[in-house]
Amino acid sequence: MTGNKDHAALAEVFNKDEDRVDWHDETLWFIRKKRDLAVNKIDNWEELRETASQIKNNVLSNLSNYLQEFEAKASANGVIVHWAADAAEHNQIVLDLLKQQGITQMVKSKSMLTEECHLNEHLEANGIDVIDSDLGERIVQLAKEMPSHIVLPCIHKKKEEIGELFHEHLGTPAGNADPQFLTETARQHLRDVFLTRRAALTGVNFAIAETGEFVVCTNEGNADMGAHLADIHIASMGIEKIIPERKHLSVFLRLLTRSATGQPITTYSSHFSKPRKGKEMHIILVDNGRSIQLGREDFRNSLKCIRCGACMNTCPVYRRSGGHSYHYAISGPIGAILAPNLDMEKYADLPFASTLCGSCSNVCPVKIDIHDQLYKWRQVIVQKGYAPTAKKVSMQAIANVLGSSWKYHVAGKAARTVMQLAPFAVNNKFNPWYKHRDMPEVPEKSFGEWYKINRNK
Amino acid sequence: MSSRDKILAAVSQNQPVYSPVPDISFLQGDNDNTVAKFVDILTTIGGKVILAETIADVRFLLLEELKNHSRKVTTVPLLGDIMEMVNKSLHDPHTMENIDYAVIEADLAVAENGAVWVTEDKLFTRVLPFICQHLAVIVKADNVVPTMHEAYQKIGDSTYGFGTFIAGPSKTADIEQSLVLGAHGARSLTVFLLS
Repeated sequence: MTGNKDHAALAEVFNKDEDRVDWHDETLWFIRKKRDLAVNKIDNWEELRETASQIKNNVLSNLSNYLQEFEAKASANGVIVHWAADAAEHNQIVLDLLKQQGITQMVKSKSMLTEECHLNEHLEANGIDVIDSDLGERIVQLAKEMPSHIVLPCIHKKKEEIGELFHEHLGTPAGNADPQFLTETARQHLRDVFLTRRAALTGVNFAIAETGEFVVCTNEGNADMGAHLADIHIASMGIEKIIPERKHLSVFLRLLTRSATGQPITTYSSHFSKPRKGKEMHIILVDNGRSIQLGREDFRNSLKCIRCGACMNTCPVYRRSGGHSYHYAISGPIGAILAPNLDMEKYADLPFASTLCGSCSNVCPVKIDIHDQLYKWRQVIVQKGYAPTAKKVSMQAIANVLGSSWKYHVAGKAARTVMQLAPFAVNNKFNPWYKHRDMPEVPEKSFGEWYKINRNK
Repeated sequence: MSSRDKILAAVSQNQPVYSPVPDISFLQGDNDNTVAKFVDILTTIGGKVILAETIADVRFLLLEELKNHSRKVTTVPLLGDIMEMVNKSLHDPHTMENIDYAVIEADLAVAENGAVWVTEDKLFTRVLPFICQHLAVIVKADNVVPTMHEAYQKIGDSTYGFGTFIAGPSKTADIEQSLVLGAHGARSLTVFLLS
């Protein structure tokens, strides 16, 4: 969909419509402000974040035991547990489960993992019809796009565009872009889907090692409508979603939506423990690079993520470049530290799509050091030779100049002269540095020259 | 080697040195005005709270409300004479599709977020509180706890096939952040708080 364009090139596409950028920026900042209001009502918010972070530290340090404990408990509850080493294996497990039952249609609630695995494409290529039931996900599915935000999948779309999509696909009157009307249309359309699908797939927000149950959070009720009406419920989860005990849910459920949208909790926080009588419940535990990330000391903290999206809402780059500029299922700062783990070359540009301002780390409910990891990824990516060519060439040139005192002095003098006499030579669109930043005002002398004159005064 | 064994081996090898589980017992809510807080929060998120003394009062209040609704269902025996009673798991939950108004019971409510906790043993059919157009939940005021910490203390190690916190009506803001009530679940939620 995005071809081979990098973040900067895709951001440039998004930036062509300045009004839309401003609207996108303001909408997300509004959500960030709602988060602040909700958070400030909780007296011990920082203790809560710290506790969540420590629980996650424990999870990462004891993950193999927790996974086995979870498997044993879930199995004892009558749930069938599957293991998938990568995306392909996950997709095959889902396909096989559907085929065994002769099912050709499935309803799905929000699952970023299935976006990561490109499940829909795989199932569709094998003759399975998949309908996403979260309203935002349904909208991007109709538009044949990826979600641009993990919590707000179609935050990049204007209501008029959504009205247009509904007119084309769901037969609403042309020109009607009323959110209330469009939501009601989706409710009717999807109710019919829920009632006729024999298979439902959901994501997992938290899985409890102690009890073998898992929790799915939605505001719409779509995960429950799908799961409770289907013969077979498949829940896909990354292996890092485990938490030790049921009581730890209190910490995470208090943090999740306050961080995400400023709500005190989602409308539904559903705890699935056993299948309905005579029905099937399956859990697929997916690795897909997570065990590798666990071994990267500098980056393993990214596995603590509970997918609230707060880092996106606060990020000055995300807000102004749009989620699709990250060309990965999970956009924004957290996506930029998760993606290079899967493919360092393909996602080499993402850790550079940041000002390193640190706002993401400040709002993260589980205290992931996001901006530090972005900075560290840059170093790894350059060392491994995956840096974008322009960056590589200019950094080599800079290293060459900085490595020699006479080259440094000559280059400095030349640059000052050029920028004073002919600023247009650098302040133009051919200079990629200028595109992203204003050029500084040039001093008459270098510090070295100034010091030579002034040291004896 | 199976994927299971491969994953577990890789995780064992790569996981960091053991870090203990933190104690969370110090995280506690404030017991003052829990009922008032619950009413305030649930109202803010689009729900409605009605204070009543007994189920008989609820029954009386419902008589008027139910006139406006078509198929009305309850799991509460004391309301069985004014509504259709569902007290066993239905073989086919699809038959609940046309339920207009449902009244169920909850064991627990949470002041800080307006949620009520319901479990399968009281629902009989899991889909009931989601598929009905309008939902009412009866809960004792004594069972309103300050925060999620107290809620999970109360839930303890009880077993259930399915349990859910429900906080307000189903909603979405996916279209330009405009809040719309009634996404896929119940369009409205009323909580009857029994004193």
